[in-house]
Amino acid sequence: MTITVERLDDGEVSPYLVDEVQVGDHLELRGPIGGYFVWKASLGGPLLLVGGGSGIVPLMAMLRHRRAVGSTVPARLLYSARSQEEVIYRGELGDLMRRNDGLLVTYTLTRQQPPGWTGYHRRIDEELLREVVWPAHDHPRAYICGPTQFVETAAMTLVALGYAPTIVKTERFGPTGGG
Amino acid sequence: MDRRLDGNVAGGILGEIFPFEMTSAIATCATCGRTDPIGAFMAYASAIGTVLRCPCCDTALIRLARMKGRYWMDMRGVRTLQMSEHR
Repeated sequence: MTITVERLDDGEVSPYLVDEVQVGDHLELRGPIGGYFVWKASLGGPLLLVGGGSGIVPLMAMLRHRRAVGSTVPARLLYSARSQEEVIYRGELGDLMRRNDGLLVTYTLTRQQPPGWTGYHRRIDEELLREVVWPAHDHPRAYICGPTQFVETAAMTLVALGYAPTIVKTERFGPTGGG
Repeated sequence: MDRRLDGNVAGGILGEIFPFEMTSAIATCATCGRTDPIGAFMAYASAIGTVLRCPCCDTALIRLARMKGRYWMDMRGVRTLQMSEHR
């Protein structure tokens, strides 16, 4: 089992998990909790994942599940991060892309771009989403996770592009974090 | 501070109270009739508790708090609640 923690200075739990927990400590876990923001290969696709900052984390669980069951459901991930250094799972996402099994990963780096960067470098907007996401008539399943403002911008824009609100699932994690 | 979240965030405390996976339980808003999984409603979380609200009409479906060893739930905003018997 793996968990991913982004340390927030004013967080309630993350500073403890990052700074205090030591190898060998015993932790008691409950869960998994929640069956709503979940994608299983049996739900089909195409699959659209939109992540802002550490909002990538539950989306990565879906992509790992997709790989684990050998699914070839067409999938697109749009990942907004402040800089390349802040991209979580960069190597693993590259590996997933190289499997050529129907996954496309698109990054937008909103604050700082590496030299020679030719990808997106702005916050998500309608034009960017229109270029990256599945058209609504493909009936994709959409999952958006990130800071509240990011999620609401993405969700409202997808609905404006014709996505049915019921197939756009969201997980806001509040006002903090990147994207 | 903007603490508007999704119903998912109430999954933990609801799971302590109910023997079902509650974020996929389907609730109907008592005011406007919107019917959706709990995870699709809005949640406002604070130190004293969590309020689940309808994204259409802003009705408070469920108010949840834990105080002095007791759970408190005000569910007057819920007309019906459906959950799968397969846990």
